[in-house]
Amino acid sequence: MSVPILNASGCLDALAAPEVAASLDVFVTKTITPEPRDGNPPVRIAETDHGMLNSIGLQGPGIDAFVAAHLPRLAALEVDLWVSVGGFAAADFARCCAVLDDEDSVAAIELNLSCPNVEEAPDTAAELVAAARGATKKPLYAKLSPAQWDVAAGARAVVAAGADGLSLVNTIRGLALDPVTLRPRLARAVGGYSGDALRPIALACVYACASAVDVPVVGMGGVGTGVHALELVAAGASAVALGTILFSDPFAPSRVRDELRAEAAARGFENPLDARSVAVVKSEKYLQIGSNGTA
Amino acid sequence: MRRELLRITGVEVFGPYVLLRLARGGLEPGDPGQFFMLEAPGRPLPRPFSLCSAPAGELGFLIEPLGPGTNAIAGLRPGDGIHVTGPLGRGFDLAVERPLLVGGGIGIAPFPYLSEQLGSPPAILGFRTAFHAEAAALVPNAAVVLDPVLVTDALPDEPGDVLACGPEPMLDALARLVPRAQLAREAPMACGYGACYGCVVERDGRYVRLCLEGPVLREAA
Repeated sequence: MSVPILNASGCLDALAAPEVAASLDVFVTKTITPEPRDGNPPVRIAETDHGMLNSIGLQGPGIDAFVAAHLPRLAALEVDLWVSVGGFAAADFARCCAVLDDEDSVAAIELNLSCPNVEEAPDTAAELVAAARGATKKPLYAKLSPAQWDVAAGARAVVAAGADGLSLVNTIRGLALDPVTLRPRLARAVGGYSGDALRPIALACVYACASAVDVPVVGMGGVGTGVHALELVAAGASAVALGTILFSDPFAPSRVRDELRAEAAARGFENPLDARSVAVVKSEKYLQIGSNGTA
Repeated sequence: MRRELLRITGVEVFGPYVLLRLARGGLEPGDPGQFFMLEAPGRPLPRPFSLCSAPAGELGFLIEPLGPGTNAIAGLRPGDGIHVTGPLGRGFDLAVERPLLVGGGIGIAPFPYLSEQLGSPPAILGFRTAFHAEAAALVPNAAVVLDPVLVTDALPDEPGDVLACGPEPMLDALARLVPRAQLAREAPMACGYGACYGCVVERDGRYVRLCLEGPVLREAA
């Protein structure tokens, strides 16, 4: 097995673009919530010089309609399926996971603990993970925000609460103003910032977490080429997800996969996975920078 | 869905607008009113443009350079390459008996191709200035009105089957006057193929993705 290529949740609709989904190793759904959601009012997206902001607000059919209407069609696609779930309290995560626990077509569940575009859940990430853990035996991937001082501590907490893996990272909050009116360009002002500029931030989070916990890590954030993917692997990721690049290049998965293999080979790694964690310096001094001295 | 690197074969200027002509490669022109995502050199996201013209072997796009993306695209020169994805979305329904094209400003972009497919029906085009109205040369059989006269002022009593594209207030006014009009809408769009949920418009109390349900919509069924 080489490095699996996934999409970042919310960056692809497999039913609208099945040929793109088929080019992935795993398709991850847009985040599903217990109840249907309209999402945020437009304007929802704004390009910036080095990335983009989105404020979609978890628009979706709700878990019951998802399972009844969407899941059978997704299951018919020739690609492994992960379902991203979200909510506003521990009970929301538990409910979604309990519903999905019965569904054979769902290979894993990603817990969106960090959507920047909705009100924050009052429960801690670890409490949300524990609630999900109690509701399903399926593998659980905790998707963490890069906007925390000690993401490695966050990683240890969710793994202790039962997460089987990590998805790193979600978008980070940003704001763009219209240069003429000086008013926010998004209807809800702030949005989730993604794209090129997120890449060093994602690398730092993967690097810190891969040193702190021993679980699979899906690295994502500004990946546009095979070199970008290889860097995330070197920082500790075991799989790589593509997000914003899918908007400009729907055929990026196959290209990135080919580039990743070639770039790894050019550096002496027969399998790209052999490059995993080569960037991680096993020294107290470096670990202290990334993980608050507790590694 | 197809994406290819296409070569610029020609650049023509019409008032403030730029008509970019590309060798179409393996891309199909699609239906009038469908759109393509054009790479914006140096920018993170592509930009949506409806197809303007489809001479043999070519695709033509009318660009109004307004921001960093459209300026980068309008700055391309013959021989340059650009990634293009499409055709995307739903275009105009051409099964109409008495077509009348109504456009405003850069909204006339899909009309040359649409007019060709419909056999040069009458058109009413509105522009801000005479300079902008130079683009009317692209649309046969067109009557032109200039600000402050509005296209709705120039509508005949029996407008027939209106196919329209232009600024939102124009389309909203047309929707009131001609409820069955086909209106090509616009929204900020990151992907153009249903992935990002950025381009939603409200329809029957729900947000729907304009890139999939449109860009041509009917207000009333």
